[in-house]
Amino acid sequence: MDKTQLLVALGVALFAAGFVGIVVRRNALVMLMCMELMLNGVNLTLVSFAQRMGSTEGAVLVFLVFVVGAAEIAIAIPILLLLARARRTLDVEAYADLKG
Amino acid sequence: MTHPLLAIVLLPLLGFLVNGLVGRRLGPRFVSLVGCGLPIAAFALAVKCFVDLGATGAPIVDRVYVWAAFDGKEFDVALAFDRLSAVMTLIVTGVGSLIHVYSIGYMKDDRGYARYFAYLNVFLFFMLMLVLGKSLLVMFVGWEGVGLASYLLIGFWFEDAAKARAGIKAFITNRVGDAGFLLGMFVLYQALGTLDMATINAAFASATPPAVSASLVGILLFIGATGKSAQIPLHVWLPDAMAGPTPVSALIHAATMVTAGVYMTARLSGIYMIAPEASFVIAVIGVATAFFAATIALVQTDIKKVLAYSTISQLGLMFVAIGVGAYGVAVFHLYTHAFFKACLFLGAGSVIHALGGEQDLRKMGGLARRIPVTFATFAIATAAIAGIPPLAGFFSKDEILWFALASERGGSAWLFAAASLTALLTAFYMFRLLWLAFLGAPRMDAETAHHVHESPPSMTIVLAILALGSAVGGFVAVPHYLEPLLPLPEIRAAVAHLEPAVIAVSVILGFAGLAAVAYFFGGDGRRAEAAERRFAGVHRVLSGKYYVDELYDRLLTRPLAWVSERVFLVLGDRVLLDGSLHGLAGLARRTAGAFARVQTGNLQLYVFLALAGLVAALAWAALHV
Repeated sequence: MDKTQLLVALGVALFAAGFVGIVVRRNALVMLMCMELMLNGVNLTLVSFAQRMGSTEGAVLVFLVFVVGAAEIAIAIPILLLLARARRTLDVEAYADLKG
Repeated sequence: MTHPLLAIVLLPLLGFLVNGLVGRRLGPRFVSLVGCGLPIAAFALAVKCFVDLGATGAPIVDRVYVWAAFDGKEFDVALAFDRLSAVMTLIVTGVGSLIHVYSIGYMKDDRGYARYFAYLNVFLFFMLMLVLGKSLLVMFVGWEGVGLASYLLIGFWFEDAAKARAGIKAFITNRVGDAGFLLGMFVLYQALGTLDMATINAAFASATPPAVSASLVGILLFIGATGKSAQIPLHVWLPDAMAGPTPVSALIHAATMVTAGVYMTARLSGIYMIAPEASFVIAVIGVATAFFAATIALVQTDIKKVLAYSTISQLGLMFVAIGVGAYGVAVFHLYTHAFFKACLFLGAGSVIHALGGEQDLRKMGGLARRIPVTFATFAIATAAIAGIPPLAGFFSKDEILWFALASERGGSAWLFAAASLTALLTAFYMFRLLWLAFLGAPRMDAETAHHVHESPPSMTIVLAILALGSAVGGFVAVPHYLEPLLPLPEIRAAVAHLEPAVIAVSVILGFAGLAAVAYFFGGDGRRAEAAERRFAGVHRVLSGKYYVDELYDRLLTRPLAWVSERVFLVLGDRVLLDGSLHGLAGLARRTAGAFARVQTGNLQLYVFLALAGLVAALAWAALHV
């Protein structure tokens, strides 16, 4: 098993951990953290493949993911704050009636 | 030099536009000026064209523009003025103008004064298109247009549902005839590649007639004529058309529009000349219509209904003349009929006016001294239609009887007998009408009797002119004038010596009708009542107009209503159309309901489904790449 394989395996593991976290955990904050975990898994695979190909495009794409991720969190945290203030809980089950 | 043919047609149209668009704002004086002035101007121009026609009679043709051109063929809007259309144009504009003038007095207080004159003018426009059209196409435009004007004017007082329905009935009955007319046009165009009437006549008259049955074409066109000219079996609309204002009945449903069928068949006489079967059908339908309508007229009690059935009957006699090949004679009777029937209708209008809207003969009587001008003119016109010499109707009716007997083209003794019987009935019901309305003891209530008054001069002068026409119009030898265009048929040698006898018969018939009326209705009218009781069954059938309306109702209207209700409304509309659309909508709604359950609001489920979808898509891609 060479380095790239190892790194990709790590990326997949991070993604899977994040996904399982989102699906099974009820705490909205933890779900957000798990999403970041999935993003990181993706970033890791991007960087690894870019290294392997000897090109920089994959690495550049990672910066885009950073920016989008930061923006997403900047919006998601205030939403969560408002929700938590309104419902006095972080359990996503409590928000199910928002389905419209 | 240019001829004002187009102006004759367009002047009434201008009147329609002015009166129809701004008439209400310009006041009744202006409306009368435009509404009567323009038809009179058209009449003056028609007289000028008539003079220009001169001794030669070479037709004046005016190609206005090319309507359509394809396959190397051109469809012109062209007007033609020959001797036949000259006679018709003079009748239409002349009698038409008189009736316009009469309307000033008759419609004075109507709210729809401007609308009325607009409709009358548009009628004149279409009628002139009809008689001046060079091709069947232009004639058909006029044909449909007068039908529209007729519908608008019958239903002029459309607030009354019965009157509006009468208009619809006239329109729909005419549609049936128009279908025949259209089919005839299609067959002609298929065979000859043209709709120009002069070309069609020439083609049928040539040594090698076109490869199409002249009888088929003739009968199809005649179906159109039965609609417009109210012949059996499409006669049912004309009596109901009396719902319109009386001058309209005089103009459209007596003098001009209803004679369009006679004009059309005379105009296309080239076809009928070589179509003995079609001619025979026309003669039989004509004489049957003449006879049955005359019998119905015997017992009607509404003054306008009597005149309506009389019109149907007289039109039947014209078709008898057409059927035996005496086209010029048919036009002659058309011409005299225009005078005396317009005079009778306008006289009836004057009576109705005097009695404040009363139309029932049983509530009239004794009017002769109260409204003398109306009485005098009405009596002259009655004598004219009854065939008392030397008034106009005598000449034309005598010629019809003569040719019904003696024509080489289908004249026969039984046709003569039936037509003579009709003439006798005509004299009887017309003198009965005169007697019941003007003579005997007054039968109206005191209130009405107190208000009886002679009509204003604008009406009585018109009556006088028309009475004059009814009196002396017969001395104009119309058949002779038309002979270069519409040659009269040969006389059968076997009966040639009977001409004086036929004249004697037609004179005797007129006076016999008068004598019979004097016998039945003279004194206190007891003999008429006795006869009515004696023949109660016959009287009921005649009063019921042979129950033709009821028959059509059973045979056509109700089955059609049933089919449209059961098949088209319930099965077609509700079950098929509504059913399929509601079914589709229901399917969409149920499917949406099923999918809506997935939307639980549970975030984890959403994420899981999203990933499942992603995995499925990837798996599918991996398998198929």
